[in-house]
Amino acid sequence: MSYVVFFIAALGTLTGAIGVIALKDPFYSVLALVVHLVSLAVLFMLLQAEFVAAAQVVVYAGAVMVLYVFVVSYIGGQNLPGAQGPGRAGTLAAFACAGALLVELFIAVLGSGLKAIGTGGAHVAAGFGNPEAIGAFFLTKFLAPFEIASYLLLLAAVGAVTLARRRGGLESGIEEPAPRLSVAEFMRGRPYYTGTQHETLGRPESLPPSRVKEPAK
Amino acid sequence: MTIAWYLAISALIFAIGVGGVLVRRNPLVILLCLELMLNAANLALIGFSRMWGNNDGQVFALIVMVVAACEVTVGLGVIVAMHRHRLPADVDSMRELQG
Repeated sequence: MSYVVFFIAALGTLTGAIGVIALKDPFYSVLALVVHLVSLAVLFMLLQAEFVAAAQVVVYAGAVMVLYVFVVSYIGGQNLPGAQGPGRAGTLAAFACAGALLVELFIAVLGSGLKAIGTGGAHVAAGFGNPEAIGAFFLTKFLAPFEIASYLLLLAAVGAVTLARRRGGLESGIEEPAPRLSVAEFMRGRPYYTGTQHETLGRPESLPPSRVKEPAK
Repeated sequence: MTIAWYLAISALIFAIGVGGVLVRRNPLVILLCLELMLNAANLALIGFSRMWGNNDGQVFALIVMVVAACEVTVGLGVIVAMHRHRLPADVDSMRELQG
Protein backbone atom coordinates (compact mmCIF):
# COMPACT_ATOMS: atom_id res chain seq x y z
CA MET A 1 0.00 0.00 0.00
CA SER A 2 2.71 2.45 0.94
CA TYR A 3 4.52 1.57 -2.31
CA VAL A 4 1.49 2.60 -4.36
CA VAL A 5 1.08 5.84 -2.43
CA PHE A 6 4.78 6.57 -2.76
CA PHE A 7 4.83 6.11 -6.51
CA ILE A 8 1.68 8.17 -7.07
CA ALA A 9 3.05 10.98 -4.90
CA ALA A 10 6.50 10.82 -6.48
CA LEU A 11 4.93 10.98 -9.94
CA GLY A 12 2.90 14.00 -8.79
CA THR A 13 5.94 15.83 -7.47
CA LEU A 14 7.98 15.22 -10.61
CA THR A 15 5.10 16.08 -12.94
CA GLY A 16 4.44 19.28 -11.04
CA ALA A 17 8.12 20.23 -11.09
CA ILE A 18 8.40 19.65 -14.83
CA GLY A 19 5.17 21.57 -15.34
CA VAL A 20 6.61 24.56 -13.49
CA ILE A 21 9.52 24.91 -15.89
CA ALA A 22 7.77 23.74 -19.07
CA LEU A 23 4.51 25.70 -19.08
CA LYS A 24 4.68 29.06 -20.83
CA ASP A 25 2.05 30.90 -18.84
CA PRO A 26 3.29 31.80 -15.31
CA PHE A 27 -0.21 31.27 -13.97
CA TYR A 28 -0.15 27.61 -15.01
CA SER A 29 3.34 27.32 -13.55
CA VAL A 30 1.95 28.41 -10.19
CA LEU A 31 -0.83 25.83 -10.45
CA ALA A 32 1.71 23.13 -11.33
CA LEU A 33 3.68 24.13 -8.24
CA VAL A 34 0.54 23.64 -6.14
CA VAL A 35 0.27 20.06 -7.48
CA HIS A 36 3.94 19.57 -6.66
CA LEU A 37 3.58 20.88 -3.11
CA VAL A 38 0.53 18.77 -2.28
CA SER A 39 2.24 15.63 -3.59
CA LEU A 40 5.32 16.53 -1.60
CA ALA A 41 3.18 16.78 1.53
CA VAL A 42 2.08 13.18 0.88
CA LEU A 43 5.74 12.15 0.73
CA PHE A 44 6.32 13.96 4.04
CA MET A 45 3.44 12.00 5.55
CA LEU A 46 5.03 8.76 4.36
CA LEU A 47 8.22 9.83 6.15
CA GLN A 48 6.16 10.38 9.33
CA ALA A 49 6.67 14.14 9.33
CA GLU A 50 3.04 14.92 10.09
CA PHE A 51 3.46 18.47 11.30
CA VAL A 52 5.74 19.47 8.44
CA ALA A 53 3.25 18.00 5.96
CA ALA A 54 0.40 19.98 7.51
CA ALA A 55 2.45 23.17 7.54
CA GLN A 56 3.43 22.52 3.93
CA VAL A 57 -0.19 22.35 2.81
CA VAL A 58 -1.46 25.22 4.94
CA VAL A 59 1.41 27.68 4.60
CA TYR A 60 2.91 26.82 1.24
CA ALA A 61 0.15 25.43 -0.94
CA GLY A 62 -2.28 27.79 0.74
CA ALA A 63 -0.86 31.17 1.69
CA VAL A 64 2.29 31.49 -0.39
CA MET A 65 0.61 30.25 -3.54
CA VAL A 66 -2.26 32.69 -3.08
CA LEU A 67 0.36 35.45 -2.89
CA TYR A 68 1.86 34.18 -6.14
CA VAL A 69 -1.53 34.07 -7.85
CA PHE A 70 -2.23 37.65 -6.75
CA VAL A 71 1.07 38.90 -8.14
CA VAL A 72 0.64 37.00 -11.41
CA SER A 73 -2.82 38.52 -11.80
CA TYR A 74 -1.46 41.95 -10.90
CA ILE A 75 1.40 42.08 -13.36
CA GLY A 76 -0.58 40.20 -15.97
CA GLY A 77 1.78 37.28 -16.42
CA GLN A 78 2.69 38.58 -19.83
CA ASN A 79 4.84 36.52 -22.10
CA LEU A 80 7.97 38.25 -23.14
CA PRO A 81 8.13 39.41 -26.70
CA GLY A 82 11.27 38.20 -28.38
CA ALA A 83 13.46 37.12 -25.51
CA GLN A 84 11.77 33.82 -24.76
CA GLY A 85 14.53 31.69 -23.36
CA PRO A 86 18.22 31.57 -24.08
CA GLY A 87 18.00 29.94 -27.51
CA ARG A 88 18.51 26.35 -28.51
CA ALA A 89 22.21 26.07 -27.67
CA GLY A 90 21.71 27.84 -24.37
CA THR A 91 18.83 25.54 -23.46
CA LEU A 92 20.90 22.47 -24.27
CA ALA A 93 23.79 23.80 -22.20
CA ALA A 94 21.45 24.56 -19.28
CA PHE A 95 19.99 21.07 -19.29
CA ALA A 96 23.46 19.58 -19.62
CA CYS A 97 24.45 21.52 -16.47
CA ALA A 98 21.32 20.31 -14.67
CA GLY A 99 22.00 16.71 -15.77
CA ALA A 100 25.59 16.89 -14.59
CA LEU A 101 24.39 18.21 -11.25
CA LEU A 102 21.87 15.36 -11.04
CA VAL A 103 24.58 12.74 -11.64
CA GLU A 104 26.75 14.42 -9.06
CA LEU A 105 23.93 14.43 -6.51
CA PHE A 106 23.20 10.76 -7.16
CA ILE A 107 26.86 9.90 -6.64
CA ALA A 108 27.06 12.03 -3.52
CA VAL A 109 23.88 10.75 -1.92
CA LEU A 110 23.40 7.18 -3.08
CA GLY A 111 27.08 6.31 -3.29
CA SER A 112 27.84 7.74 0.12
CA GLY A 113 28.16 4.33 1.75
CA LEU A 114 25.62 5.14 4.46
CA LYS A 115 24.34 1.75 5.61
CA ALA A 116 20.96 3.04 6.74
CA ILE A 117 20.14 4.54 3.36
CA GLY A 118 18.91 1.19 2.09
CA THR A 119 16.56 0.66 5.00
CA GLY A 120 13.22 2.16 5.81
CA GLY A 121 14.77 4.23 8.59
CA ALA A 122 15.36 3.72 12.27
CA HIS A 123 12.65 2.47 14.54
CA VAL A 124 10.81 5.46 15.96
CA ALA A 125 8.41 5.93 18.82
CA ALA A 126 4.73 6.64 18.23
CA GLY A 127 4.97 10.40 18.69
CA PHE A 128 7.64 10.96 16.04
CA GLY A 129 7.07 14.16 14.08
CA ASN A 130 3.72 15.11 15.55
CA PRO A 131 3.05 18.73 16.58
CA GLU A 132 3.79 18.03 20.22
CA ALA A 133 7.31 16.78 19.52
CA ILE A 134 8.10 19.59 17.07
CA GLY A 135 6.70 22.24 19.39
CA ALA A 136 8.73 20.94 22.32
CA PHE A 137 11.83 21.14 20.17
CA PHE A 138 11.06 24.69 19.12
CA LEU A 139 10.65 25.85 22.70
CA THR A 140 13.62 24.07 24.20
CA LYS A 141 16.46 22.92 21.99
CA PHE A 142 15.83 25.21 19.01
CA LEU A 143 14.56 28.31 20.79
CA ALA A 144 17.17 30.63 19.27
CA PRO A 145 16.47 29.61 15.62
CA PHE A 146 12.75 29.99 16.33
CA GLU A 147 13.18 33.57 17.57
CA ILE A 148 15.56 34.45 14.75
CA ALA A 149 13.03 33.10 12.24
CA SER A 150 10.36 35.37 13.69
CA TYR A 151 12.64 38.41 13.30
CA LEU A 152 13.43 37.30 9.76
CA LEU A 153 9.71 37.18 8.93
CA LEU A 154 9.22 40.66 10.37
CA LEU A 155 12.12 42.02 8.33
CA ALA A 156 10.81 40.38 5.17
CA ALA A 157 7.35 41.86 5.68
CA VAL A 158 8.75 45.36 6.22
CA GLY A 159 11.09 44.95 3.25
CA ALA A 160 8.31 43.80 0.94
CA VAL A 161 6.11 46.76 1.89
CA THR A 162 9.02 49.15 1.38
CA LEU A 163 9.83 47.68 -2.01
CA ALA A 164 6.34 47.50 -3.39
CA ARG A 165 4.80 50.71 -2.08
CA ARG A 166 3.94 53.60 -4.34
CA ARG A 167 6.46 56.41 -4.11
CA GLY A 168 4.37 59.56 -4.36
CA GLY A 169 1.92 58.08 -6.82
CA LEU A 170 2.59 56.94 -10.32
CA GLU A 171 4.69 58.99 -12.65
CA SER A 172 2.81 62.09 -13.76
CA GLY A 173 1.37 62.10 -17.23
CA ILE A 174 0.65 58.39 -17.28
CA GLU A 175 -2.38 58.43 -15.07
CA GLU A 176 -5.40 60.14 -16.59
CA PRO A 177 -7.49 62.42 -14.38
CA ALA A 178 -10.65 60.81 -13.14
CA PRO A 179 -13.82 61.93 -15.01
CA ARG A 180 -15.75 64.50 -13.00
CA LEU A 181 -19.39 63.85 -12.37
CA SER A 182 -21.38 66.97 -11.59
CA VAL A 183 -24.31 66.97 -9.19
CA ALA A 184 -26.71 68.28 -11.82
CA GLU A 185 -25.74 65.47 -14.13
CA PHE A 186 -26.28 63.03 -11.35
CA MET A 187 -29.70 64.43 -10.41
CA ARG A 188 -31.04 64.56 -13.94
CA GLY A 189 -32.00 60.93 -13.78
CA ARG A 190 -31.67 58.19 -16.27
CA PRO A 191 -34.05 56.98 -18.91
CA TYR A 192 -35.77 53.75 -18.13
CA TYR A 193 -33.89 50.54 -18.66
CA THR A 194 -30.45 52.17 -18.53
CA GLY A 195 -27.97 51.44 -15.80
CA THR A 196 -29.64 48.14 -15.09
CA GLN A 197 -29.46 44.68 -16.51
CA HIS A 198 -32.18 45.62 -18.98
CA GLU A 199 -29.62 47.65 -20.87
CA THR A 200 -27.57 44.64 -21.77
CA LEU A 201 -30.20 41.95 -21.78
CA GLY A 202 -32.83 43.92 -23.67
CA ARG A 203 -36.41 44.24 -22.73
CA PRO A 204 -37.73 41.20 -20.92
CA GLU A 205 -40.10 39.16 -23.01
CA SER A 206 -41.69 37.42 -20.09
CA LEU A 207 -43.22 40.55 -18.58
CA PRO A 208 -46.66 41.41 -19.87
CA PRO A 209 -46.48 44.68 -21.80
CA SER A 210 -49.20 46.36 -19.79
CA ARG A 211 -47.14 46.30 -16.60
CA VAL A 212 -43.91 47.62 -18.10
CA LYS A 213 -43.59 51.35 -18.45
CA GLU A 214 -42.25 52.47 -21.77
CA PRO A 215 -39.03 54.47 -21.57
CA ALA A 216 -39.48 58.18 -21.99
CA LYS A 217 -38.39 59.28 -25.44
CA MET B 1 10.17 2.31 0.74
CA THR B 2 13.81 2.79 1.52
CA ILE B 3 15.23 6.23 2.21
CA ALA B 4 17.28 6.05 -0.99
CA TRP B 5 14.12 6.42 -3.07
CA TYR B 6 13.20 9.65 -1.34
CA LEU B 7 16.72 10.99 -1.81
CA ALA B 8 16.58 10.12 -5.51
CA ILE B 9 13.29 12.02 -5.88
CA SER B 10 14.86 14.93 -4.01
CA ALA B 11 17.85 15.00 -6.36
CA LEU B 12 15.55 14.88 -9.40
CA ILE B 13 13.47 17.81 -8.15
CA PHE B 14 16.61 19.79 -7.41
CA ALA B 15 17.96 19.19 -10.91
CA ILE B 16 14.65 20.22 -12.46
CA GLY B 17 14.73 23.41 -10.40
CA VAL B 18 18.27 24.21 -11.52
CA GLY B 19 17.31 23.65 -15.16
CA GLY B 20 14.33 25.96 -14.74
CA VAL B 21 16.42 28.75 -13.24
CA LEU B 22 18.88 28.47 -16.11
CA VAL B 23 16.30 28.28 -18.89
CA ARG B 24 13.47 30.59 -17.94
CA ARG B 25 13.61 34.38 -18.18
CA ASN B 26 10.53 35.43 -16.25
CA PRO B 27 11.46 36.39 -12.65
CA LEU B 28 8.23 34.88 -11.33
CA VAL B 29 9.07 31.48 -12.79
CA ILE B 30 12.62 31.77 -11.48
CA LEU B 31 11.20 32.30 -8.00
CA LEU B 32 9.02 29.22 -8.49
CA CYS B 33 12.10 27.22 -9.48
CA LEU B 34 13.88 28.42 -6.33
CA GLU B 35 10.91 27.05 -4.42
CA LEU B 36 11.42 23.73 -6.18
CA MET B 37 15.04 23.58 -5.06
CA LEU B 38 14.20 24.51 -1.47
CA ASN B 39 11.53 21.81 -1.43
CA ALA B 40 14.01 19.26 -2.74
CA ALA B 41 16.31 20.18 0.14
CA ASN B 42 13.39 19.84 2.54
CA LEU B 43 12.61 16.37 1.25
CA ALA B 44 16.22 15.31 1.73
CA LEU B 45 16.27 16.79 5.24
CA ILE B 46 13.12 14.96 6.24
CA GLY B 47 14.36 11.75 4.64
CA PHE B 48 17.55 11.88 6.67
CA SER B 49 15.54 12.82 9.76
CA ARG B 50 13.50 9.64 9.28
CA MET B 51 16.64 7.65 8.63
CA TRP B 52 18.20 8.58 11.97
CA GLY B 53 14.90 8.56 13.82
CA ASN B 54 15.63 12.11 14.96
CA ASN B 55 13.32 15.12 14.87
CA ASP B 56 16.06 17.70 14.31
CA GLY B 57 15.83 17.47 10.53
CA GLN B 58 12.13 18.29 10.61
CA VAL B 59 12.78 21.40 12.66
CA PHE B 60 15.41 22.37 10.12
CA ALA B 61 12.88 21.82 7.32
CA LEU B 62 10.40 24.14 9.04
CA ILE B 63 13.06 26.84 9.34
CA VAL B 64 13.79 26.37 5.63
CA MET B 65 10.11 26.94 4.94
CA VAL B 66 10.23 30.20 6.91
CA VAL B 67 13.26 31.36 4.93
CA ALA B 68 11.50 30.40 1.70
CA ALA B 69 8.45 32.43 2.68
CA CYS B 70 10.68 35.46 3.37
CA GLU B 71 12.43 35.02 0.05
CA VAL B 72 9.11 34.83 -1.77
CA THR B 73 7.82 37.96 -0.04
CA VAL B 74 10.86 40.07 -0.90
CA GLY B 75 11.12 38.58 -4.41
CA LEU B 76 7.49 39.33 -5.20
CA GLY B 77 8.00 42.84 -3.82
CA VAL B 78 10.88 43.32 -6.24
CA ILE B 79 8.75 42.02 -9.11
CA VAL B 80 5.91 44.39 -8.24
CA ALA B 81 8.42 47.26 -8.07
CA MET B 82 9.74 46.25 -11.50
CA HIS B 83 6.19 46.35 -12.80
CA ARG B 84 5.68 49.81 -11.28
CA HIS B 85 8.79 51.11 -13.00
CA ARG B 86 7.50 49.82 -16.33
CA LEU B 87 10.32 47.32 -16.68
CA PRO B 88 9.60 44.19 -18.72
CA ALA B 89 9.30 40.94 -16.78
CA ASP B 90 12.70 39.76 -17.91
CA VAL B 91 15.68 39.14 -15.67
CA ASP B 92 18.03 40.27 -18.41
CA SER B 93 16.59 43.78 -18.23
CA MET B 94 17.56 44.13 -14.56
CA ARG B 95 21.06 45.43 -14.93
CA GLU B 96 21.17 48.13 -12.29
CA LEU B 97 20.72 47.72 -8.58
CA GLN B 98 19.51 51.21 -7.87
CA GLY B 99 16.05 52.12 -6.74
